[in-house]
Amino acid sequence: MGKTISAGITGLIFGLGLTIAEMTNPAKVLAFLDLFGNWDPSLALVMGAAFLVTLAGYRLSWLRKQPVFAEQFQIPGNRQIDSRLAIGALLFGIGWGLAGLCPGPAIAALGFGGTKALMFIAAVVAGVLAYDLTALKPKTAG
Amino acid sequence: MENFTPLTATIGGVLIGISAVLLMSLTGRIAGISGIFAGAAFANRGDRGWRWAFLVGLVAAPLIYALASGESPPFELNAGAPTIIAAGLLVGFGTRLGSGCTSGHGVCGLARLSPRSLVSVIVFMFAGMATVAVTNAAFGG
Repeated sequence: MGKTISAGITGLIFGLGLTIAEMTNPAKVLAFLDLFGNWDPSLALVMGAAFLVTLAGYRLSWLRKQPVFAEQFQIPGNRQIDSRLAIGALLFGIGWGLAGLCPGPAIAALGFGGTKALMFIAAVVAGVLAYDLTALKPKTAG
Repeated sequence: MENFTPLTATIGGVLIGISAVLLMSLTGRIAGISGIFAGAAFANRGDRGWRWAFLVGLVAAPLIYALASGESPPFELNAGAPTIIAAGLLVGFGTRLGSGCTSGHGVCGLARLSPRSLVSVIVFMFAGMATVAVTNAAFGG
């Protein structure tokens, strides 16, 4: 119960951060990716601020033996830099550049982004299904 | 750079960081949205509830913000249906194959100082920027 409530509240804070920074607006994200146009560095600052807070906060969190509402910290153990990682990032980056939407902002925009946000998420689900229901799937869903 | 919004970008980024830290310290999980999303359907049964709760919070946040501020957050997307669908398929498939997106690799992974995440971020940033450059060159931007 504590775990579920915690996740709900953290999701809310995450969504609020995206909304305040206007990362839920595809035009704003595309303006960041448009290096050679009227460049908007905002997204870099969002990621930079989030990175610094998380960098410090994770280390404080890990001073405890275990999370408050779970048995253990679940940190990805895969250390391998392979073609799956690179090709996955490449395909994701192309999709991101086509619409200016990545998973977090796209899900957050479901309630106000109209048909286009719904259409995008439906396609994301199809892309996830294409992966998870085929032989490409490895052992766990991260 | 007249569209640069440093104040709201910093506040938003700090909130995202706080969210990632809280999720780790309370539930022990990485705040990677693509993984949370896919796992809401595909994770083990007992591992799905917190994912749905996170996603509900994520969807609710802008609506609460809209109620409080009196205006809907902007959502400007000029792309047509075929482009949006192609983009979604690539994002869905690519984030699964590459084990993460802007949040999981870009924020949490970099904060863990993961070399995998650094590679991922460099590749998807380059790919995103190259895609926009090519799109603008082809269709005018």
